[in-house]
Amino acid sequence: MKLNLKIWRQKDAKSKGEMKDYPINGIEGDMSFLEMLDVLNEELINKGEEPVQFDHDCREGICGSCSLQINGEPHGPDRLVTTCQLHMRKFNDGDTIVIEPFRATAFPVIKDLVIDRSAFDRIQQVGGYVSVNTSGNTVDANATPIEKENADDSFYAATCIGCGACVAACKNASAMLFTSAKVSQFALLPQGKVEATERVQNMVRQMDLEGFGNCTNTGACEVECPKGISLENIARMNREYLSANVKG
Amino acid sequence: MGKLDSKVPSGPLADKWTKHKNEINLVNPANKRNIDVIVVGTGLAGGSAAATLAELGYNVKTFCYQDSPRRAHSIAAQGGINAAKNYQGDGDSAYRLFYDTVKGGDYRSREANVYRLAEESANIIDQCVAQGVPFAREYGGLLDNRSFGGVLVSRTFYAKGQTGQQLLLGCYAAMNRQINRGKIKPYNRHEMMDLVLVDGKARGIIARDLVSGEIERHSAHAVVLATGGYGNVFFLSTNAMGSNVMAAWRAHRRGAYFANPCFTQIHPTCIPVSGDHQSKLTLMSESLRNDGRIWVPKRKEDAENIRQGKLKPTQLKEEDRDYYLERRYPAFGNLVPRDVASRAAKERCDAGFGVNKTGEAVYLDFASAIERYGKEEALTHGMKDADNKTITKLGRQVVENKYGNLFQMYEKIVDENPYETPMMIYPAVHYTMGGLWVDYNLQTTVDGCYCIGEANFSDHGANRLGASALMQGLADGYFVLPYTIGDYLSNDIRTGEISIDSPEFDQAEEAVRERIEKLMSGSGKHSVDHYHKLLGKIMWNKCGMARNAEDLTSAIDDIAALREDFWANVKVTGVADSLNAELEKAGRVADFLELGELFAKDALHRDESCGGHFREEYQTPEGEALRDDENFKYVAAWEFKGEPKNAVLHKENLKYENIELKTRSYK
Ligand SMILES: Cc1cc2nc3c(=O)[nH]c(=O)nc-3n(C[C@H](O)[C@H](O)[C@H](O)COP(=O)(O)OP(=O)(O)OC[C@H]3O[C@@H](n4cnc5c(N)ncnc54)[C@H](O)[C@@H]3O)c2cc1C
Ligand code: SF4
Ligand code: FES
Repeated sequence: MKLNLKIWRQKDAKSKGEMKDYPINGIEGDMSFLEMLDVLNEELINKGEEPVQFDHDCREGICGSCSLQINGEPHGPDRLVTTCQLHMRKFNDGDTIVIEPFRATAFPVIKDLVIDRSAFDRIQQVGGYVSVNTSGNTVDANATPIEKENADDSFYAATCIGCGACVAACKNASAMLFTSAKVSQFALLPQGKVEATERVQNMVRQMDLEGFGNCTNTGACEVECPKGISLENIARMNREYLSANVKG
Repeated sequence: MGKLDSKVPSGPLADKWTKHKNEINLVNPANKRNIDVIVVGTGLAGGSAAATLAELGYNVKTFCYQDSPRRAHSIAAQGGINAAKNYQGDGDSAYRLFYDTVKGGDYRSREANVYRLAEESANIIDQCVAQGVPFAREYGGLLDNRSFGGVLVSRTFYAKGQTGQQLLLGCYAAMNRQINRGKIKPYNRHEMMDLVLVDGKARGIIARDLVSGEIERHSAHAVVLATGGYGNVFFLSTNAMGSNVMAAWRAHRRGAYFANPCFTQIHPTCIPVSGDHQSKLTLMSESLRNDGRIWVPKRKEDAENIRQGKLKPTQLKEEDRDYYLERRYPAFGNLVPRDVASRAAKERCDAGFGVNKTGEAVYLDFASAIERYGKEEALTHGMKDADNKTITKLGRQVVENKYGNLFQMYEKIVDENPYETPMMIYPAVHYTMGGLWVDYNLQTTVDGCYCIGEANFSDHGANRLGASALMQGLADGYFVLPYTIGDYLSNDIRTGEISIDSPEFDQAEEAVRERIEKLMSGSGKHSVDHYHKLLGKIMWNKCGMARNAEDLTSAIDDIAALREDFWANVKVTGVADSLNAELEKAGRVADFLELGELFAKDALHRDESCGGHFREEYQTPEGEALRDDENFKYVAAWEFKGEPKNAVLHKENLKYENIELKTRSYK
């Protein structure tokens, strides 16, 4: 395949960025999108130019490192996949592909396509945990049976990889889907219930402090989420938040 | 030799750990506040250690190269975590877990460490559940289990095919709690470049801020390395792209012995290589072998026709298929340990029965599982004479519930529907059993430098059974290191803060700067990947699934020559004081180019076959591994002496007081 790539280049957080054209040849369908970028980078290095910087690590859709806005969509045109799992067979010979970083005020660009998603970490630091000692003196794991359905729902919420696509997809750059997934995971388990009120209040407050926008129930986040995190989590978080505020 | 004191406590095996905990020195909680610990790596091992150390009251600094601890490579673990809970009532016990692990590791691990691991395993599950880790549950609300290769009980806890993710998020949550309390200071996007020794003790590290390129000094009373495995020395492996040996190798150069580097696990169920551009290999969890049957065609013509696309696997009749694992190992069948399954696949493919274009793939087939489950479901739903279509539909649902995300992943990569046509798999480099040598306290041969998780060597011997790495990482981090390190730190309650303005820090920082400069000023002929790929080829062809003296000897020379070429001709573009992924890679590959040579040297000296190390010269007439306990029942710990070829061998003789050494048979 022959492709024309339009890629966002930005020297650092302070510099202004711009789109640049990179024609590329010899791309095969069974390459992943990131392998296609590897090929481009190898070419750039051989020409003595600086390769395009992008985040990645596991390359199997689980670490949440990779990002990339591809033709206007986070993680590209395919559904339920991360950029590292997107394969070039989804594109056609001669295509022009526009590649940009995820855009959101709370996700500043570090360089080229690399963004700073540490706001997500800070949201979790204010309450995304169960306050239990790590000393190993806990009760037997089967002492508290948990309904399979709740355990499964909690698991599904917990499969969020923290990639930030939901934020990038949202016209308000809201982090509701992400935050609600975290809140839900704990709210659904007996272990997490005890601190539920404080947790949801703290996490929502931090989310606002980080500069994420408001949720206007557009649902773009769910569509673009590579892990299929459901909007139900947002509803659950809203309920938790409301009742937390009622309780004060 | 004097240095290799394993410090295994005396007394009966089952009492050693309790006795040791009772005897080692403790640090008063008020004094812990005055003690700093650096934890490099925030995977399961480092994350759990950091959280627990902070919980105990130490001041902890964590380092990882990713932008968040939550992205450490542990996140990718799919299958599950073992624990001797005996919830299933199938006769499991700490002793059995211990026994399976030692046997599975081909008797090259340390008895006392493994027993402790088995003992703590049950605790891990309790701890994780308390933290809100959503393990799979049965309808009754209790935890569900499955089984893994190499064992006959069901002791593996799991969260679909994403167990590592859920366990790591548990650690990360525990870390977050401590970050919020100010007890952990996280340094993300930071890479450890060197270990700093003061008066022979590990007292800090030199790190590079990967965003600004700044070189930083960090001091502490002790340094814990939890930096994972070095499988990426093969270029293609199931490891994350950034996985590296840098921290361990830098510590090795500063005096930490490197143990059993050649013990590398080749995992039998990975997605086969598709072409030259491939950047990594994807694992299909071994839990698939619980239900999937492995086969190749019985006749070469059929294999040939399949390779050419003239025949579909589903067209081949049952009697024309060779379920070679079931044939060769009737007792364990498809559930033989990884080293056995990998070699058997290679044997069939080498003999010409491979089923993909390159002839390097075998089938993993779910058709009979789908039928079996479908019939079961139909009956339990009161359908006495369900038709085939219904049975298939019901069966697929069961398989989807169990392995759905793995099937989806396979389909994304290969573009074939594994519910309809068997998956293709082939062995790939996966896990490294070798690593820094540690004693029973998990301390390396450098005082104050500890090593936990995949980065150390102690628990898995020559082969690792499935679902035991997660167990080891968490046992080390939550329950072992936090105790044992106290013994060492109890001598430091009056030391006070360690200064970073010492000649030792000056010297180490200078060395790091020089190295970076040297990398940036290479005359510039080839990219870093160019060298990494060449190294990977040498490793796979000459130090891979089967090894022989001739190949290993030439590998040593090849790697040394490649290393020389690398330093003369590598091209790293961009600048050092900025985010520069090429520079990061260059530093990592430079260390792989040294480790690779030591790897080959280790494999060459070990004149036996055991676990992941298969020397062609040492095999039985049936092609099974031939171990030599008389001469090689030891840990090979290498001391750095300049070039890898000059490394000096030290031996820790392994004593088996509780298990009789037997030929490993799964027949
Ligand atoms: C695909 C896959 C599936 C697996 N499935 C299973 C399974 O089902 N069951 C099982 O038991 N095991 C499994 N394993 C093995 C297991 O996941 C790993 O062995 C284990 O997670 C390693 O944990 P760790 O904490 O030692 O290291 P890692 O999780 O690899 O963490 C390494 C850490 O060190 C940091 N680091 C590395 N170098 C540096 C440096 N120089 N400076 C700063 N930081 C550094 C990294 O940033 C990271 O935080 C699997 C492995 C893979 C690849
Ligand atoms: S909710 Fe989905 S899109 Fe958002 S961070 Fe999690 S996985 Fe990514
Ligand atoms: S690189 Fe890990 S999810 Fe894409």
